[in-house]
Amino acid sequence: MNSQALDVNSVDYLEYKGKHKGILAWILSTDHKRIGILYLVSLSTFFIVGVALGFLMRFEMLSQGKTIVDAQTYNALFTLHGIIMVFLFIIPGIPAVFGNFFLPIQIGAKDVAFPRLNLLSWWLYVIGAIFALSSLFLSGGPIDTGWTFYIPYSSRYTSANVILPLIGAFILGFSSILTGLNFVTTVHRLRAPGMSFFKMPLFVWAVYSTAWIQVVATPVVGITIILVILERLFYVGIFDPTLGGDPILFQHLFWIYSHPAVYIMILPAMGVVSEIIPTFARRTIFGYKAIAFSSLSIAIIGYIVWGHHMFTSGMSDTSRWIFSFLTFIVAIPSGVKVFNWVATLYKGSIEFGTPLVYVMAFILLFSIGGLTGLVLGALSTDVHVHDTYFVPGHFHYVMFGGTAFIFFAAIHYWLPKMFGRMYNEQWAKIAVGVMFIGLNMLYFPMLILGYMGMPRRYYDYLPEYASLHILSTVGSWILIIGLVVMIVNLIKAVRSPKTAPMNPWGGITLEWQVPSPPPLENFRVIPEVKHGPYDYHYYEEEEVKYEHISKS
Amino acid sequence: MSISAKAEDNTSLHTEHIHIHRDDVGAKLGMWLFLFTELLLFGGMFLIYMAYRLEYSTEFQISAKELDVALGTVNTLILLTSSLTMALSIAAIQRDKKILSMLFIVLTISLALAFMINKYFEWGAKFHHGIYPGSMELAEKSNGEIIFFGLYYSMTGIHGLHVLVGVVVLLFMLVFVARNKINSINYMKLENSGLYWHLVDLIWIFLFPLFYLLH
Amino acid sequence: MNLDNKEHEKSHLIGYGTYVLSWLVLLSLAILTVTVASIDLGNFTLFTALLIAAIKSALVIMIFMHIKYDEPIFKVFLTIALLVLLIVFVLMGFDIFYR
Repeated sequence: MNSQALDVNSVDYLEYKGKHKGILAWILSTDHKRIGILYLVSLSTFFIVGVALGFLMRFEMLSQGKTIVDAQTYNALFTLHGIIMVFLFIIPGIPAVFGNFFLPIQIGAKDVAFPRLNLLSWWLYVIGAIFALSSLFLSGGPIDTGWTFYIPYSSRYTSANVILPLIGAFILGFSSILTGLNFVTTVHRLRAPGMSFFKMPLFVWAVYSTAWIQVVATPVVGITIILVILERLFYVGIFDPTLGGDPILFQHLFWIYSHPAVYIMILPAMGVVSEIIPTFARRTIFGYKAIAFSSLSIAIIGYIVWGHHMFTSGMSDTSRWIFSFLTFIVAIPSGVKVFNWVATLYKGSIEFGTPLVYVMAFILLFSIGGLTGLVLGALSTDVHVHDTYFVPGHFHYVMFGGTAFIFFAAIHYWLPKMFGRMYNEQWAKIAVGVMFIGLNMLYFPMLILGYMGMPRRYYDYLPEYASLHILSTVGSWILIIGLVVMIVNLIKAVRSPKTAPMNPWGGITLEWQVPSPPPLENFRVIPEVKHGPYDYHYYEEEEVKYEHISKS
Repeated sequence: MSISAKAEDNTSLHTEHIHIHRDDVGAKLGMWLFLFTELLLFGGMFLIYMAYRLEYSTEFQISAKELDVALGTVNTLILLTSSLTMALSIAAIQRDKKILSMLFIVLTISLALAFMINKYFEWGAKFHHGIYPGSMELAEKSNGEIIFFGLYYSMTGIHGLHVLVGVVVLLFMLVFVARNKINSINYMKLENSGLYWHLVDLIWIFLFPLFYLLH
Repeated sequence: MNLDNKEHEKSHLIGYGTYVLSWLVLLSLAILTVTVASIDLGNFTLFTALLIAAIKSALVIMIFMHIKYDEPIFKVFLTIALLVLLIVFVLMGFDIFYR
């Protein structure tokens, strides 16, 4: 036991040799850091596939009529793009990668509460992904229902392969639930001595709130999917109108999960922003408790607004105005966050590192996404732009400009810690700039197109929409160039020698007080937490001491 | 929850690195969170039930008459009793009475199987009368009746699946108790399985009146 | 580890009698709900059935699932889950009952 203990403390987690060799040392590892990296690799792979499908979709819309693919293939393209991006990239996204890697370290724990369950949830993710994508290669053809699987098309009319992707989505939901319950238990049981709830970093708060939504929302979509499968396979009367069912009920159940899922996507991103801003402004975060509680209240309110996806579905007028009203309430905690972030920057000694540049882009893009969201949340205006390009325009601003940009910010922020290596800052910043331009060129025309009446998911369009469609397609090329620059830069960084210091940005949360990359059990001695996560004035007094500990 | 057991095995081999650390409260917390997902899963179906019960109240009452109240009542009593034996098996292991605990687990499993056998006869009778999803007989009935039986089959079916999973879990627990992996100081796995089993009972407590007792 | 064991010793040992008693109550409630169902109470039929089911489930949760004897955090968690369920039913009700 003693020799192993020594081993555990001196070797970093990348170098550690366990029972298994080669790739098995990764895919059978229960170390939360390795599982985080596993997620990073698999998520990035699917993200690239999703981008490729999106590129093809946009390319098809370059000209009227057929450009490269036929209509049925186009339907499959937007469905698979949606399924991959939603279920395989953005929902697991930040919690699975950075939550896994940094949540235990930030609360001063050696691992998550259930390490084996954690590994299981990665395996379920992979199996679910295989199911979700298998329809591509099987008879019947790839699924063409859109990622929302709306009834009755999905259960009765389409001849495409629907069952397998549905099973895939169910398994992915299971994976998400296991991650969620793991994180909730971890936060409750494994905090270091002195780490009270209000001394936790805000990223932990955000991931904790997200984990709760994962636990209480995902099962609802699970059962919805099972019922659709039963209906399609055995003609069990549940939602199908020809059997007396009510398709609106399907939409209710689907969105009871899928709207909170939007907050599963964005809340952890907001948590990352709350980490990056104080670090680069060298300042205590403004309104710590307000941000912590706003995470919780976004989680709660986010759960009760699902009806705003259904304003034109034929549900009752009473519930339409209630859901519209509730939707506007979400703006309050979101506003609290943006206000506090900006207030933190005010009079800070700001250093424009790459992560902060991403955050700046995020605040702007997310604001556009949020404001267009108000247009969709308001009952009257939604009726006008419902199911038009305005909707994809809006949610791509939130999801790409919001979550994906912060996913990239998190990679740039934590890559030195995860791999012990640095990337080229100049190229990283160039990549942000190119992506920012490409993203706006890609999605802003969509907002205008939608306002003009261009319906979403259509294969063809009228001549008056042509110029904006071309602009949008060219934007997608620029965005992809930016992505390629970023990815090449990151891959080069990971392959370079280990030169990253322990604390390249001067952050003071616990992960910056362990070596880069962290040792197997994260801490030599479990730290005792004495002050808040962003109390720079305390930290400067103790800085010398920390340096000393890290070298000994 | 065989996780911590395997963890201990591995550390004794000194090969794979696993953080040994036993946290019973944490394990129970995790289990409860899992139970909430089950609660929400069935909650979704009850939600659909509520909507259709309102839309098709008369058809629901007509269809419910086709269900066998006696069989349903017997199954209710069986599940309630199995909950008792489950709880007693934990109480026995807490008092270090291994054989008694195993006896109660065996009883619980037998009651669960009795429940499934009853269910088999009940579904069998329905199938015999041609009332099953997609059948000609059912297709001729009104929309409300099709929906009633759609819900009946999916809700009791998914519940039955949970009973079967419970049987498998309890079989594992029986082996663990026999091999002293579950004992009077470390019985968290049994307690968590018990929590799961009680949840299955809990769901049935609601399913029973909502399907069998409509008049 | 030591600490956990201590928590254990402290944890309440529930007697066989308590379980058997709650089981008897549950059985009688089950019989009651069947009996009541045969009487026509009009609109109250569903209400009484659900009320009895709620009492039964409360008994199962409190005694069999030991919530009564567990730490407060379990009660908090359970409340959260039940509230979520309640909210979903109420909001969905706004559609179903007003359509």
